[in-house]
Amino acid sequence: MQPQDAISSPNQSASASRSKLSTWGRNVFFCALCTTGAVAVAGFLMDYDPGTRFSTLAKSSLPTASSDNVKSVTATENAASKVSPIKLTIDRVDAAFEETWRDADLKVADEVDHLAYARRMSLGLAGTVPSLEEIRVLESVPANQRNQRWLEHLLEDDRTSLFLAERLTRAFVGVDSGPFLVYRRSRFANWLAKQLKQNVPYDQVVRHLLTDTGTWTQSPAVNFYSKAVDQNEDKNLVAPVLMAGRTSRAFLGMRIDCLQCHDDFLGNVNLGDPDDPSGGLQTDFHSLAAFFSGTGVSLGGVQDSQEPVPWQVQLLGDSDESDVPPALPFLRNLDGGESNARVRLANWVTHPKNRPFARSIINRMWAIVYGRALIEPVDDIPLAGPFPKPLEIMVDDFIASQYDLQRVIRIIASCKPGRLNSRASFEITHPHAQSFAVFPMRRLRPDQVAGAIVQSSSLTTINSESHILDRLMKFGSKREFVERFGDPGEEEFVQRGETVTQKLLLMNGDMLSDRINEGIHSVVHLAALSPDAEKLLETIFLTVLSRRPTTEEQAHFMSSIDATTGDQRKERAQDIYWTLVNSMEFSWNH
Amino acid sequence: MHCNSPQHYNRRTILKAAGLSALSWLSPVATTLARAQETDKQNGGKRPKSLIVLWMEGAPSQLETFDPHPGSDIAAGSKAIKTNAPGIMLGEGLEQTATQMDSISLIRALTSKEGDHERAIYNVKTGYRMDPTLVHPSIGSIICHQLTDAVGNTIDIPRHVSILPGQQPARGGYLGDNYDAFKVFDPLKSIPDVKALVKQSRQKQRLADLKRMDNQFLAGRANNQILKGKLDNHNLDAALKMMASDQLAAFDVSKVPMSVRDPFGDTPFGRSCLAAIQLIQAGVRCVEVTLGGWDTHVNNHELQGNRIKILDPAFASLIRELKKRDLLDTTMVVCGGEFGRTPWINGLGGRDHWPHGFSIAMAGGCVQGGRVIGETSPTPTEGSKTPSKFLKDANPIENVHATILNRLGIDYSKELQTPIGRPLKICEGEPIDKLFS
Repeated sequence: MQPQDAISSPNQSASASRSKLSTWGRNVFFCALCTTGAVAVAGFLMDYDPGTRFSTLAKSSLPTASSDNVKSVTATENAASKVSPIKLTIDRVDAAFEETWRDADLKVADEVDHLAYARRMSLGLAGTVPSLEEIRVLESVPANQRNQRWLEHLLEDDRTSLFLAERLTRAFVGVDSGPFLVYRRSRFANWLAKQLKQNVPYDQVVRHLLTDTGTWTQSPAVNFYSKAVDQNEDKNLVAPVLMAGRTSRAFLGMRIDCLQCHDDFLGNVNLGDPDDPSGGLQTDFHSLAAFFSGTGVSLGGVQDSQEPVPWQVQLLGDSDESDVPPALPFLRNLDGGESNARVRLANWVTHPKNRPFARSIINRMWAIVYGRALIEPVDDIPLAGPFPKPLEIMVDDFIASQYDLQRVIRIIASCKPGRLNSRASFEITHPHAQSFAVFPMRRLRPDQVAGAIVQSSSLTTINSESHILDRLMKFGSKREFVERFGDPGEEEFVQRGETVTQKLLLMNGDMLSDRINEGIHSVVHLAALSPDAEKLLETIFLTVLSRRPTTEEQAHFMSSIDATTGDQRKERAQDIYWTLVNSMEFSWNH
Repeated sequence: MHCNSPQHYNRRTILKAAGLSALSWLSPVATTLARAQETDKQNGGKRPKSLIVLWMEGAPSQLETFDPHPGSDIAAGSKAIKTNAPGIMLGEGLEQTATQMDSISLIRALTSKEGDHERAIYNVKTGYRMDPTLVHPSIGSIICHQLTDAVGNTIDIPRHVSILPGQQPARGGYLGDNYDAFKVFDPLKSIPDVKALVKQSRQKQRLADLKRMDNQFLAGRANNQILKGKLDNHNLDAALKMMASDQLAAFDVSKVPMSVRDPFGDTPFGRSCLAAIQLIQAGVRCVEVTLGGWDTHVNNHELQGNRIKILDPAFASLIRELKKRDLLDTTMVVCGGEFGRTPWINGLGGRDHWPHGFSIAMAGGCVQGGRVIGETSPTPTEGSKTPSKFLKDANPIENVHATILNRLGIDYSKELQTPIGRPLKICEGEPIDKLFS
């Protein structure tokens, strides 16, 4: 109440008392709301009882599924009769890994607990860390079901489809802003997210990308083409050389870009017959480019020209340009010879016998989840191998399941390497890393760091209704954070060093100070809502590092926080939160 | 000053510099000593050791800046002025720069194959065209990578800085993120993220706890050979050192007397040019300062004129101040954008993209001022994109890179191993010797 209320004149008293009444009413209502909110949120800090308040969440978010009958959707249902149970494939993949380790006489790391598994899979699939709310629910389900139910939970979450779509968008169109007006990257990424969420078979997704026509807003897949509009020469045509290089890297997992200018002389690119490969030729590249020579972009969108447009190139050593007709770089026996060049190409790319197509996306999905591809670099898979046996088992399964992406993600995330510790009692060498006998340690990428920081100061899950990246964008901080942190662009699976700028940003930057100081999602709230110092410490550890403090850590931090109260405790909570976010453990997926 | 030898770095010099690394704790004394070692005593002169890039993002019109053709059709009414270098004219509005022209040379018939901003910025900053399998380093990153001498160990602040970063600030590419330019903004504002969030006593406690956590994390991974050299706190130490360093003052121009600041112009770009000088003086190798807004597809003359008003006092004062501080001979200055603009005016009074004959200005670092390399025809045929028909003495953009690297004593044709296993030349161009002879 304002002081002037207390000194109001008698003739104002009637209206004043009404006003007082209404003010008091509002105050009481406000207090009630706050109390209810505080009690609700504080509940997460207590040990969770699944039988009462969060049973709906427990059921809907973490669906029960028995270990030998993992749920899968659309694509698998279509092919259900031809596909073996997923558990069988996971077992075969595991057996293949174990055989590799045995043959190479490699020791294998122990398995991690459910929280470590939840953290690494959340970072790999959704680009963030588990919330305290999620951890409480997870711990309420039977121990032997936790990993699998966590995976199902992630696959149902919009965060996952958005995060995975961004990874694939990088592979398909890169990160550049691209040509003005005719290219809409965010439409493209959202369209991909929708395909992933609905689990549209991957071959169909790629067919859309390769063959769709129309405008960049109404047919978002055509942004795959409009990104490559040649602004330098003729603004109506896409650049066939860009499309050839992109198609090969994105859908076949092969880098043939060097063939644009010359034949392969280093033995790096093999084409032709996978069983009897030959060195790549400059004509191989341009024969692929020729499939795109008739594709143009106008205000009506991406279209094919009515008349064939010959692809003319001056090959190295030639004095004049010559027409290069469309031809496929390998497995030409799968060429259906359709009249529309792009349809012909799409049919060949997605042909079930074109194994590089399946191999490419599985290798990429593996890299997304593990931070390290089965074959590196992620888009440079040799046509003739050698291929890791687990990869080939997954390729068989993927093709048999009619390109069910969610199923292959389940296999990738459920097989044994995903549960192995990144630490070991033995010396970890390159063979251990290459064969995934330990979980690969990977520095978090900028969007993972941003996602993890935002989630780490909140008790509740920041998900589709308030998606982390959207929220960050809303506050204008995500772009700045990722830009300052250094966006790795398309090469996001290449391990990079940490920079001084990154350290400064994490120690002193706005994003962290916003999380530490007073605010909706702030560590100050944790301090205020925690019943005691021990619970506060546990909460900070769980929200930031997704684990409980060790006995030693407990003793160390309790010594400085136990005796504190009020503001002092808040400050100490802020200090511990800052320490954990700046720790190496936070900055790595491990 | 003479700078006759293109190969400034001989083994002896490097050994001398290496010997000084032990003195690194003496910073900034060690910086001065190390930099002193870089003088080319044998040739009786100084040699360039730093680079300032004035980056005109959006692409300035050569016809209104460094390559005017007054009175011709392609000038479309824009005028030119005389300079203090006989026979050299500049676009109207560059009056102050004209007074420094005897220290500046122009390369007028530059060519590239990129007419799209994104691709062209990449091309001009790195000397390479975009390659889907590899990110090339910017020239500043190459210089910092190649000139790894005692100086690198004595400076607390980053050696590569981008002030007012634009769309694509200079980056380390395949050399690593540590060679990215450190990005800062208007030098009147504080540098981002270098102040601790809490007072010293709490910061001390935080850092002690952090050290404890990290040591525990490292101990658990000591047996991981894959992480050798990748998992340490080197950058934390460097960040803390920077936060406590007096050299941070070099970013700040707010305490510089107005008599020094005023001539640069009361603009963020002008202030940034002054900060660039301070940074070079503090031991920074490469500074990039961006002035955007040159993409004048509409109303070219007026919009270019507005940019020129900002550029002119800043560029001229930069040269003047570098001379005054005896830094011009040891600092190369380059001013230019990603391409030029069409010789004809479009329907909206604008000029479009033109990579087929554009200009940059170079000064300092032994560049003989008052020279013009290359010539563009005042009557190019519309639609003609064959440079040989209307350019004389043309140079591809990578030759500018070779020129700079060569003068800094870097073997520009040396091959570096890239992460994709392919050895790649530092630069594919050839030096433009006429700038120096």
